[in-house]
Amino acid sequence: MAPAVFLHEAVVLSGRFPLLAGASLQIEEGEIAHIRGANGAGKTSLLRLCAGLLPLHRGAGFVLGHDLSLDRRSLRRQVGLLGHQSFLYEELTVGENLRYALRASGCDRRRAEPAAARLSLAGRLFDTPVARLSAGQRRRTALAVLLARDPALWLLDEPHAGLDEEGRHLLDSLIAGSRAKGRTVVLCSHEHDHAASLSDRVIVVAGGRVLQEPAGVA
Amino acid sequence: MWRDALIVAGKDLRIELRSKVALNQVVPFAAVVILLFGLALGPDRAALSPAAAGLFWVAVLLSAVLATQRSFAVEAADGARDGLRLSGLDPAGIFLGKAGAVAGELIVLEGLLSVGVAVLYGLQLTGGLVLVAACLAATVGLAAVGVTYGAVASGLRIKETLLPLLFLPVAAPVLLGATKAWQEALTGRPGAGAGWLGVLAAFAVVYVAVGIVAFGPLLEEA
Repeated sequence: MAPAVFLHEAVVLSGRFPLLAGASLQIEEGEIAHIRGANGAGKTSLLRLCAGLLPLHRGAGFVLGHDLSLDRRSLRRQVGLLGHQSFLYEELTVGENLRYALRASGCDRRRAEPAAARLSLAGRLFDTPVARLSAGQRRRTALAVLLARDPALWLLDEPHAGLDEEGRHLLDSLIAGSRAKGRTVVLCSHEHDHAASLSDRVIVVAGGRVLQEPAGVA
Repeated sequence: MWRDALIVAGKDLRIELRSKVALNQVVPFAAVVILLFGLALGPDRAALSPAAAGLFWVAVLLSAVLATQRSFAVEAADGARDGLRLSGLDPAGIFLGKAGAVAGELIVLEGLLSVGVAVLYGLQLTGGLVLVAACLAATVGLAAVGVTYGAVASGLRIKETLLPLLFLPVAAPVLLGATKAWQEALTGRPGAGAGWLGVLAAFAVVYVAVGIVAFGPLLEEA
């Protein structure tokens, strides 16, 4: 079986500055990988590369069988990214954002309400414009989009940030549920112990490169 | 592509209906522009009438810049632009959807503004068919140019000043054609005005075709 993510000496540039300076990595299908590293180490760039948002300057990269050098656009529908930004439209309600995201990615719009209910966004909140939501509720809405789309590869960048205790438990259960469904999850987090408890393995990133997995964690 | 265009246009128009930016800012802006032109040229309606078509289309052109900026401002908030790229929507569909939504807003604006011009400048809106056809063809061209350059400018920090610089020179032929078509129709020569419709239609087709091809790479690069 081909790995879900395969990078070999991947170089990604922002202008002339290397965001990734020869990262090599392999994550198997159905695996949950925790990527850790200091600020600026390249964790977010790694996720954005895997989402098909950043072009590969040099090296080789395959995500879900798509060659990142040739075919980033068709990969994107199979990938879900929860980043520092929510990718939501503030003027639209929670329900409208969910239905729009589902229609845009070719999914059934009827998945919107169950996903919202799972993230405690049913009822009045479902019809509330995102602009009126708290940061935590926006985060839940972004998670609901991810849950409703149910992509093959989940890319989560500091997913616990901004969530209350209940939200954090919900997120943990979503990650566990995605494992049960055979989805691949790549998780970047500074909450090392918590993230490691959810993951199959830990990968350390520094200076735009992937270092060896830390001893005793894998 | 058409399905994706409908999804994007529906989303943009829903956001506009909810925020009412076009209604509360773009329409008043256009009204102020034609009012200021009236003040600058003086109260003599004999002087205003011949210039009315040009003034109307300059007001539409400037409003098109605002409508385009607004169309991309909604994508700038909270990383929605990346969301748009991640959605997997066909870039040509995104272009057509965004251009369609901008065109829809401009058509409504032109309807309201033509009434304002008629009242302020003492115009009789004769040659209705040519006027409407010119509006439709010119609006498609303006929206296509605006959305294409909007994609270029939206990823840059200097987008507010860059968009008008890119947009206005390229939209100048549309301004010229639409003004000529309106002038001919308003002075009782709709046949002569119809000749300019072909020019406007040709520009609209070229601008839409360029936008369909270029929008994807521009969205990725900007």
